[in-house]
Amino acid sequence: MLTGGAGSPNRSGMVDPALNLAGGSLILPQPLPLDGGQSLERVEVAYETYGKLNAEKSNAVLICHALTGDHHVASPHPITGKAGWWVRTVGPGKPIDTDRYFVICANVLGSCLGTTGPASPAGDGQPWAMRFPVITIRDMVRTLVALLDSLGIDQLHAVIGGSMGGMQALSFAANWPERTRAVLVIASTARHSAQNIAFHEVGRQAIMADPKWEGGNYYAKGKGPESGLAVARMAAHITYLSEAGLTEKFGRRLQDRTEKTFGFDADFQVESYLRHQGLSFTDRFDANSYLYITRAMDYFDLAEEHGGRLAEAFAGVKARFCLVSFDTDWLYPTAESRVIAHALNAAGAPVSFVELSAPFGHDSFLLDVPAQDRVIAGFLNQ
Amino acid sequence: MTALRPDLAIIAANVAPGSRVLDIGCGDGALLAALRNDKQVDARGMELDPHGVAECVAKGLSVMQGDADTDLSDYPDAAFDYAILSQTLQTTKRPDMVLDELLRVGRKGFVSFPNFAHWKVRASLLWNGRMPVTRLLPIAWYETPNIHHVTIRDFRELVAAKGYRIEGEWFLSGDRQIGPLAANWRAEHAVFQLSR
Repeated sequence: MLTGGAGSPNRSGMVDPALNLAGGSLILPQPLPLDGGQSLERVEVAYETYGKLNAEKSNAVLICHALTGDHHVASPHPITGKAGWWVRTVGPGKPIDTDRYFVICANVLGSCLGTTGPASPAGDGQPWAMRFPVITIRDMVRTLVALLDSLGIDQLHAVIGGSMGGMQALSFAANWPERTRAVLVIASTARHSAQNIAFHEVGRQAIMADPKWEGGNYYAKGKGPESGLAVARMAAHITYLSEAGLTEKFGRRLQDRTEKTFGFDADFQVESYLRHQGLSFTDRFDANSYLYITRAMDYFDLAEEHGGRLAEAFAGVKARFCLVSFDTDWLYPTAESRVIAHALNAAGAPVSFVELSAPFGHDSFLLDVPAQDRVIAGFLNQ
Repeated sequence: MTALRPDLAIIAANVAPGSRVLDIGCGDGALLAALRNDKQVDARGMELDPHGVAECVAKGLSVMQGDADTDLSDYPDAAFDYAILSQTLQTTKRPDMVLDELLRVGRKGFVSFPNFAHWKVRASLLWNGRMPVTRLLPIAWYETPNIHHVTIRDFRELVAAKGYRIEGEWFLSGDRQIGPLAANWRAEHAVFQLSR
């Protein structure tokens, strides 16, 4: 499945879609116009595919990943060996059944995990760093649509995403409505709230306050703003879990000790856990990418793009929609999904909405929630 | 058509083909699926129980998780040709207000409910002095979702007080349809078609 660059344009600049279907990475043949007014040349897109595209090209399912995700949705990461991030949901006989569907997942624009982002070389061969243009969720989706063009896929069976992936799925439906027949949005929102922006700003400030950030030009120095990035991840990670989940997992239990130390070591298990989450994140993620992607999420307001009325964003959209929220998700709470559902109802689109009960907070969509499996499979297999 | 519950079969038989329908408290979506498959109805649902919603989604239906008491206000006036409330009215906090909402979002409404004045219920109360547990009311008083027991006579009076019109009425004893004579004694179940 790893064919690194198999589908890049050859010397004549032509792309053979059949070659690209195996996944790997390709260079978009056209410059990518951005919402900010600039455009990006030679955007590289890293992606994975699973299953087989049928002769009618009607069974493609695009999965959009979340903030720090990658395209290895159902197969082990080639470097870390870690299992795919949604392997429990995507695969043969699973809710997103790769025996039935041709599943595509691409790393988002602005990331550092294969697709062009601030760590990629600019025209001068040096990393873009903060010269990289500020991008939006719609720019990410524009990249995905260009990828689908390169794969020769005109219309998806479904576009699916959780969290930031859900924002991409919504943006896809609103801006390229003829290109998908179904839209599944899990634990997501049509706009970032003040609270969402506030948490992201804490993360960004932690990165930028780290002296090793150096205005974003840390790439030549080996180590970047790892402390800042770790703090950003720690703060964000709290928002992915529920209070009850944290209490159940850690309570006030102490870490490898029987007494408090009267110091500032990680006395509590929850501290140790968060520090581990922060540190391990710095091994796999670029601080500047974190700045750019969180910014894109903060800028996301689907109604604003459509005259301030969310229903307008979906006017005339023919696709079926399904929205799923979780009762313990306080990052993108159920009310946000209801807002989307109401807008879709007002626009006359076929929409289902369900709030599922799961103890894991926002991260529930990645975890063992059998009811979610039933909803996904039921919705897709229509 | 798969065998629908008798009250649902009556409703299904009286919905015009190709219409827009909202089934409030649609459960597993049996009625909606039948209406979609047999009458090409634009079938939408609302259901409180997430498992029910999941089953509906698996049937390809468009169903919103929501509460009849609070969430009907999200729909515009006359958004549907028919709004249906089957075996749900007696479970709502304010049946009178739900009835108003039913006939606001739907140009016509269907309401079905178990008749609390059926002779077996009356007998149970009279002779045993206990809240009845019957085939249609199988759950003990302390855990039943039926918090507003209603009789055919009560319902008719509410409809009259609100100034709504009864366009059709059907009565069931067991799974059998019976005539209107002494329905408030003889019917275990009633189905009404209403309009403003």
